[in-house]
Amino acid sequence: MCLGIPGRIVAVTDAARMMALAEVSGVRREVNVACILDGPAEDLVGEWALIHVGFAMARIDADEAAKTLQALQDLGEAQEAAEAMAEGAKALEGQG
Amino acid sequence: MKYATEFRDPKAAKAVLARISALADQIGATRAAPVHIMEICGGHTHAIFRYGLDKLVHEGVEFIHGPGCPVCVLPMARVDECVEIANRPGVIFTTFGDAMRVPGTKMSLMQAKAAGADIRMVYSPLDALELARRNPGREVVFFGLGFETTTPSTALSIQQAAHEGLGNFSVFCNHITVPEPIRALLDDPHMVLDGFVGPGHVSMVIGIHPYDFIARDYGKPIVVAGFEPLDLLQSVLMVLTQIRDGRAEVENQYARVVPEHGNPVSLAAIVDVYEKRPSFEWRGLGEIDQSGLRIRARYRAFDAEEKFGVGYAAGPRVVPEPEGCACGQVMTGRIKPTACPQFGCGCTPEMPLGALMVSSEGACAAYWQYGGARAPEAVE
Ligand code: SF4
Repeated sequence: MCLGIPGRIVAVTDAARMMALAEVSGVRREVNVACILDGPAEDLVGEWALIHVGFAMARIDADEAAKTLQALQDLGEAQEAAEAMAEGAKALEGQG
Repeated sequence: MKYATEFRDPKAAKAVLARISALADQIGATRAAPVHIMEICGGHTHAIFRYGLDKLVHEGVEFIHGPGCPVCVLPMARVDECVEIANRPGVIFTTFGDAMRVPGTKMSLMQAKAAGADIRMVYSPLDALELARRNPGREVVFFGLGFETTTPSTALSIQQAAHEGLGNFSVFCNHITVPEPIRALLDDPHMVLDGFVGPGHVSMVIGIHPYDFIARDYGKPIVVAGFEPLDLLQSVLMVLTQIRDGRAEVENQYARVVPEHGNPVSLAAIVDVYEKRPSFEWRGLGEIDQSGLRIRARYRAFDAEEKFGVGYAAGPRVVPEPEGCACGQVMTGRIKPTACPQFGCGCTPEMPLGALMVSSEGACAAYWQYGGARAPEAVE
């Protein structure tokens, strides 16, 4: 749970609340981008970031994202994050 | 086991390993008298075992596994308090999945859930916020645990709840910080530590200067490292180079992610929402001054300790570790997991007795999953 996982920002969902849609390990979910914002939120679309428990914490380049993802997959952390996101979605529906 | 072939760049890894060996020989490190390098972060512990780095490096380099797994250092009493809050009528208790199986004195959160408490695993405190929005008639509590990597997420969530006036959301704050336990370990006369591999993602939040005291006051090198195997090897090389040169500095091997001064937005949120507790209990390490965070008075309405009268504020409750469990000694690197009498019999990942067996970042789980280090029993 301590490791951030690379995700790609695909859309801004709520600029006022600094929320965006990110694709993390093949799963799409809303993340908070407050920590990586340095201009209009739209500029983040297409960018990679390290995402930690639903918060984008640092911008990284595509090469770094690929390498980190590979290392996290080796550690089983990428799969764990995907499962945790699925759990989170279930919890909202009251089935968690 | 085919560790080395899994490196994406085996040639580069080989080259760094050779340089590590040369340096280790140069400084006279041997299996009998090794250089002790502590990797602070549990993610690094996991990576070291996963890639077999402990076996690949020169035998004069010994990894000491640090206290950087938040689940592993969670005292049983805190788990008991989670169960107590979760059992209050109307409460939806939310937590990261990692904390579910940590044993309390009576039960884990997993067992409490099976017994009927409404406990939900979430991926993010944002999920807990959303639950609070959707369930205005319920009290939604988020179990805030973790180091500085996780702290900004709960701080920003509390700010958001305050902004929206979400009165049914609160955080049970058990956040802890990295530098203070390192100071405690350095002050421990029984510990022999020659250098550190510093946490990568914690440092992306706090930067590298919170570790200055390690070099300045204790004369030990520390290198902040990434999570790829090559990152770790390079960091070990950098630590050894400092030792050979008689230097003690804070170096940043992971500068592509870790800014020198950390992440300003995260740091501002942490300072706004949290303040240091005078001291906080760590499993296996005991009370450590200034090592835990609590919610500031201005956000009292979102503090589960205040709301439910449960937690550290209600008076520290130290409960003894289970019989025969050596978590404390393993946590401080005094013994290897395999030397614990419970290892593999009373304590396995399926039926954990100690928290070090619960999380993949715990040293005991790593030993169990990937096998022990170089026959530790052979070294007296
Ligand atoms: S084997 Fe279990 S009881 Fe022994 S130190 Fe490890 S976690 Fe603790």
